[in-house]
Amino acid sequence: MNRDVAIVGVGMHPWGKWGRNFVEYGVAAARAALKDANLTWPDVQFVAGGETIRNGYPGYVAGASISRALGWSGAQIASCYGACATGGQAIATARAHILAGLCDVALVVGADAAPKGFFAPQSGERPDDPDWLRFRLLGATNPTYFALSARRRMAMYGSTANDFAAVKTKNAKHGLHNPNARFRKLYTIEDVTNSPMVADPLRLLDICATSDGGAALVLTSMAYARKHTAAPIRLSAAATVTPVFPSADIEMPEFATDSWVSSPRPDPSFRSSIAQAAYQQAGLGPTDIDLAEVYDLSTALELDWYEHIGLCQAGDAESLLRAGDTSIGGRIPVNPSGGLACFGEAVPAQAIAQACELTWQIRGQAQQRQVDDARVGIAVNQGLFGHASSIIIQK
Amino acid sequence: MVQEELMGTRAAVNGWFTMDDAPPRLIGTQCLSCDSYYFPPQITSCHNPNCTTDAFKHVELSRRGRLWSYTNACYQPPPPFISPTETFQPFAIAAVELDREKMVILGQVTHSVEVEQLHVGMEMELIVETLFEDDDGPVVVYKWAPIPEKP
Repeated sequence: MNRDVAIVGVGMHPWGKWGRNFVEYGVAAARAALKDANLTWPDVQFVAGGETIRNGYPGYVAGASISRALGWSGAQIASCYGACATGGQAIATARAHILAGLCDVALVVGADAAPKGFFAPQSGERPDDPDWLRFRLLGATNPTYFALSARRRMAMYGSTANDFAAVKTKNAKHGLHNPNARFRKLYTIEDVTNSPMVADPLRLLDICATSDGGAALVLTSMAYARKHTAAPIRLSAAATVTPVFPSADIEMPEFATDSWVSSPRPDPSFRSSIAQAAYQQAGLGPTDIDLAEVYDLSTALELDWYEHIGLCQAGDAESLLRAGDTSIGGRIPVNPSGGLACFGEAVPAQAIAQACELTWQIRGQAQQRQVDDARVGIAVNQGLFGHASSIIIQK
Repeated sequence: MVQEELMGTRAAVNGWFTMDDAPPRLIGTQCLSCDSYYFPPQITSCHNPNCTTDAFKHVELSRRGRLWSYTNACYQPPPPFISPTETFQPFAIAAVELDREKMVILGQVTHSVEVEQLHVGMEMELIVETLFEDDDGPVVVYKWAPIPEKP
C-alpha cells in the first residue's frame, strides 16, 4: 500500500536569538510555506502544531495560538508534544489525517523562543518529576547525557576529541551560506578543542545551542498535489517509535537504565529502531539514501547516528567522516543544512526544519549547499522521555 | 564518610538509599514475577511489557559496579541544583553498571575525585556524602567513588 503524501510547501523563520514571541516565528514560517505552495491560509483544512513548553499556556496550545494569529478559519487542529521529536509527531499526525482521507491540505508548524543557557526543568518543588530530580540530586544537565554517550564512544571505538571537532568544522562549512542558520562562521579543529570544557569530553563548540526559530510544511494528498504541481516531492515515511524494554541506554532524564535481567537488550537498539521503522514504511534501505539530516545535539552524537541510520557498522563512523563521505561532495552528505551545529535547537521546529532542508535539497533549491543528484533523504531525531522521529522524503 | 556523621543528617530524597550503620546501599525494587530490578524504587506497573504484575519487593542493590561512562559539570547547573560551596566547583558524574542487577545507575562522584582520575571499566563503590547544606545542616545523597586499584 502506498502511503505517500505530498510536500507542496516549506518555509522557515531564520534561527537566532531574536527575543520575540514564538507565535511570530510560527506565523512567518507558515506564511512562507503557504506562499511556497501557492496556497492561501483558508485552503488549510487541518493544522498540526508543535508545542513549546517554555512559552506558557499559548505554547501548550501552539497549533491554536498560531492559527489564531493567522486568523481563525475553522480548520481542524492538533497540538503535539514529543520533546525534540515534537515536529516529527506533528508531521506524522498531519500525514495520518491525509492518508485517512480526513483532509487534503494540512499545515505543520512549530516555533520556539528559547531561554539563554542550559535548559532547566519547570519551576517549583516537584520531587515526583524525574526531570526536576535529575537537576537537584545529580546536577545533570542535557549535556551531561550527551557527554556520557560521547565518553562511552571514546572507550568503545577509540574516538578522539579531534574526531568530534571535525564534525563541527564539517557542519560549519555546510551551513556557512544557509540563510536560515544562526551560526554562519567557519571553525578550525583548534577552535573547537580550545573552546571551554562544558561536560568532559564535550566542549562548548561540541554542543548545540538553544535558539529561536520557526518552520512549517504544507502537506497534501498526492491526488490534490498532482492538480497543482507536475512533480510533487513525496513524504514516504514518518515514524515515531518508542523504545523497547529493557532500554539499556541512559536516556534523559532518567537515573538508570532498565534492568536486562528478565529479557535480553533489544536488537536493534532504540536509536537504530527509529530509522529502521522509517525505512520499513518507505520500503527503502540505507543504500537508497542520498543525504541525511541527523540530530547533532553534540558532535559525538552525529557519529552515533551514522551507525544508527545504517550508513556504516558500529565503530566505523569516524572512518566515514575522515574520508569526507559525509561532507557535501562526498558519498552520503550528512547535515548539509549545517545541522544543529549551525542552527542551535528550537525544539518544536527542529524536526520540521529537517524536512524543509530535505525538500529544498531534493528540489535542487539548496544553492551553495546543494547535494548533487539528491533524490532520497532521511531525517532522524530523538527527544527525552522516549520520543523519536524519522522521516523519508523523495522525488 | 564515617557513619556517625550521618546521624541527624537528612537525605535529599527519601527511600533511595540506606542511612543506617552498615555501608550504604541503594534501595531499589524487584518485580516478584519477572525479577526485573528498578531504581529509583517503583512499586506500580512493571515496565516489562510481557509482565502485568503490580507486586514488588524492596531490595538493596549491589554496592559495587563497573564504570560504564562518566563526565563532569564544568558550569553550575540551573536550579533546583544547589551548589554545596559558595563558589561553584566542577564535579564528576558517573554511570555505573551493576553486574547482578544488569542495569546502569547514574550518580555524582565523590567531591574529592576529578574526571581525570576516572576511566571506563574501573570498579566503583557507593558512598553517602553531602549534596548541599541549608540552615538546618547538611543534606546528603548517594554518590559513586572509585575503589583504589591494587598495584
